[in-house]
Amino acid sequence: MQNSNAEFIIEMHGVTKDFPGIRANDDVTLRLRRGEIHALLGENGAGKSTLMSILFGLYKPDKGVILKNGKPVSIASPNAANALGIGMVHQHFKLVHNFTALENIVMGVETTRYGLLRTDQARRQVVALSEKYGLSIDPDAKIEDVTVGMQQRVEILKMLYRENEILIFDEPTAVLTPQEIGELMKIMKSLAAEGKSILFITHKLNEIKQVAERCTVLRKGRTVGTLRVADTSIEMMSELMVGRKVEFDLTKNPAKPTAEPLLRVERLTVKSKHNQKPLVNDVSFVVRGGEIVCIAGIDGNGQRELAHALTGLTPVDAGRIFIGDKEITHSTARARNLLGMSHIPEDRHTYGLVLDYTVEENMALKSYFRHPFQRHGFLSFAVMRGHAERLMRAFDVRAGQGPATRARSLSGGNQQKAIIAREMGELPNILIAVQPTRGLDVGAIEYIHKRLLAARDEGKAILLISLELDEVLNISDRVHVIHEGAFTANLDAAKTTAQELGLYMAGTRAKGANA
Amino acid sequence: MTNRKRVNVFGAGFTSALSSIIAILVGLAVGFVILLATNPAQAVRGVGIIASGGFNGGMKGVGQALYYATPLILTGLSVGFCFKTGLFNIGAPGQLIVGAFAGIWVGANASWIPSPLLWLAALLAAALAGALWGAIPGLFKAMLNVHEVIACIMCNYIGMYAVNYLIKNSNAYDPLKNQTIDMTRAAIPKAGLDKIFYSLKGRFMDASSVNGGIYIALALAVVMYIILNKTVFGYELKACGLNRYASKYAGIQEKRSILLSLTIAGSLSGIAGGLMYLAPAGGLHINVVETLSAQGFNGIPVALLGLSNPIGIIFSALFVAHIDQGGYYLQRLEYMPQIIDIIIAVIIYFSAFALLMRQAIGAIQSRLNSRSAKRREGLADAQEASKHD
Repeated sequence: MQNSNAEFIIEMHGVTKDFPGIRANDDVTLRLRRGEIHALLGENGAGKSTLMSILFGLYKPDKGVILKNGKPVSIASPNAANALGIGMVHQHFKLVHNFTALENIVMGVETTRYGLLRTDQARRQVVALSEKYGLSIDPDAKIEDVTVGMQQRVEILKMLYRENEILIFDEPTAVLTPQEIGELMKIMKSLAAEGKSILFITHKLNEIKQVAERCTVLRKGRTVGTLRVADTSIEMMSELMVGRKVEFDLTKNPAKPTAEPLLRVERLTVKSKHNQKPLVNDVSFVVRGGEIVCIAGIDGNGQRELAHALTGLTPVDAGRIFIGDKEITHSTARARNLLGMSHIPEDRHTYGLVLDYTVEENMALKSYFRHPFQRHGFLSFAVMRGHAERLMRAFDVRAGQGPATRARSLSGGNQQKAIIAREMGELPNILIAVQPTRGLDVGAIEYIHKRLLAARDEGKAILLISLELDEVLNISDRVHVIHEGAFTANLDAAKTTAQELGLYMAGTRAKGANA
Repeated sequence: MTNRKRVNVFGAGFTSALSSIIAILVGLAVGFVILLATNPAQAVRGVGIIASGGFNGGMKGVGQALYYATPLILTGLSVGFCFKTGLFNIGAPGQLIVGAFAGIWVGANASWIPSPLLWLAALLAAALAGALWGAIPGLFKAMLNVHEVIACIMCNYIGMYAVNYLIKNSNAYDPLKNQTIDMTRAAIPKAGLDKIFYSLKGRFMDASSVNGGIYIALALAVVMYIILNKTVFGYELKACGLNRYASKYAGIQEKRSILLSLTIAGSLSGIAGGLMYLAPAGGLHINVVETLSAQGFNGIPVALLGLSNPIGIIFSALFVAHIDQGGYYLQRLEYMPQIIDIIIAVIIYFSAFALLMRQAIGAIQSRLNSRSAKRREGLADAQEASKHD
């Protein structure tokens, strides 16, 4: 190519990729300098993941060229990418859960002698690498037993062990605690200082501000531009990404909670099926109409079990749950749903959607059995379509072939919006929202936060289970901090800070927290 | 890039049909290789005979193919229906034979029912018994989480041996032929089909065994199609099959769906047994042998070839019966019966690779799409360029 030189380790020129009904990448250009941290910023469905999948050899571009060190290369598979020194930490880790960290790191490039696995040399190398970059891991711990943060460090070591020089991080901070995020930022900087080139996909503008030198913004599949982070404000970046101004501080009316709680939980305990260890430990709280109560905590401290117990997906071992005055401790999920409880689940692929159903079929998942969706046992597809079209318009769910699109082919953000549309569209009395904005961009997050606040102001009871401190502080009225299944603090959101929350999330117990 | 939405060049239905047809051609090609290997001189004629199927025997042959297709449609529906719910009903042979015996027992003993209605009562008994035999693995799966394949296989053997025992100890047993007696009073009516599917031997009309059962099978296929695609019940069953967690989340009772799905599947296989064996002297009889019903097992390839779509299953059952008849007429050539069985089995089971073919077609399509898109763009670029000249 005419104007490329070895300053750029990777260049992607004019990359175009089509999917049924949608052009995911349209003439995208991205140039990565040697030894820089380059952020890739864009809304959900802006084409970031597609572009990175092309670079990692998962998709073949319809048009465009990729250059490495100025020479055109073709990347037909992840193995080819690996051979070119390109490694990727996926948003959902690709680790074998019952293998040890070391086994995961060497998997695929094992050293063998006479067909037998030799791990002593690999172990030395891995330990050396982990010390060099401050990636502390326990090589002999099984992946299923270690924290998400350590799993991520294992993923990073996997790339380093393969001597990759171009490292792609796909939303690496989504699953981490504030402290772990700080650690990761340090690690990324030290990797860049050692000459590794890093592509960093994220929605979080302050993280870009913190580590990245340059930032390429994508919008609706096109490159908006590449800018120097030091010269750009967060407001400007978000405006470039969304195409309009974004409000960061939501105007929040004072909460007017009802006297009577809509949801009441008394001494709830849920035990592990394997070892009878309590995962939710004697937890009591209420949610009144017209307030947002937040359960804050680090991932894996019982939030999932709490949400499942409240919504009827997991049996309760002790304690009682009430909707209004009606006890629902042992009611079915359907019965709770009919009493006005709605649930945005944490895991959209496992619980939230039937991926092989169309959007309209998914939109009817909680209502298909009711009139007018069904008449005499027969489904009304016209009603289902109208319902889906209405919700898709109201919540800006974009799908290539409209309501008839398979849920599987929607982008992650649109899948999430579809679930939120279904669960909030009919304005339930009680909404259990588990990480409702996970994986969404600032525009969509702003929108969902506004919706949640509007629902609150209409007198609905909202229980928000969130890992995002900003979210906890911005939109909730009261906060319960959960640690190892028990509440460590009950706080007023207006009177607390991220630092204080972080302390309780790590297990410090506040005075007056119920044991 | 004016029309980005038009990506599937052929349409989904056409893709499915095409994949099944390609699978069939692959099956025939493999069958031809075996014909060549065992008897090269007659291989070309042989493959012609197989492909002609029932037509080798004129209208009677076609009628026989339809007669054999009848139970296959139903066992295919039985297996396919369970596939849609995420279950593998390998218990069709047992459900079929238990249903068949119940039907025959009613046909032989319920003499108080007038003859024109007796077949209907017998068929209902077959459906009920089959349903019971499907419900057993359904209960085990729903209540104790026992894998349905294990429970179904056990039920197959229990059903077969129990039926053998019961036949020998009932008044429906013909000890001379070691099989069930002729169902003269309870035979499925011919419904006029004997006037169409016969061949003339001199002045004698040699009618085929096909009877009104084929109408029942076709009607049930349509009913199953409607249940799966148009009803709340079908929506729930498919949701369970596609994602059991999401259906639990939606409040669908998974256990109920599993039980109902296997019960309905069992009743379909039971009806298959009834339609097969509720036959007069010329038709099929249950032989007291220690073999599981082939028509039951063949429901599996029929369902796979039909991609579990009830309408597709009609055609795939017709095809399998057709090829089966082809094998029957292949005996005219010098092929050993065992070889014929192998060839027919190979063709049928290769044909069941329809799903594989559909994936392959999907891959080819997307390649074609991107290529034609490039061509269109190239064209547009050239036009742009010429305008500027």
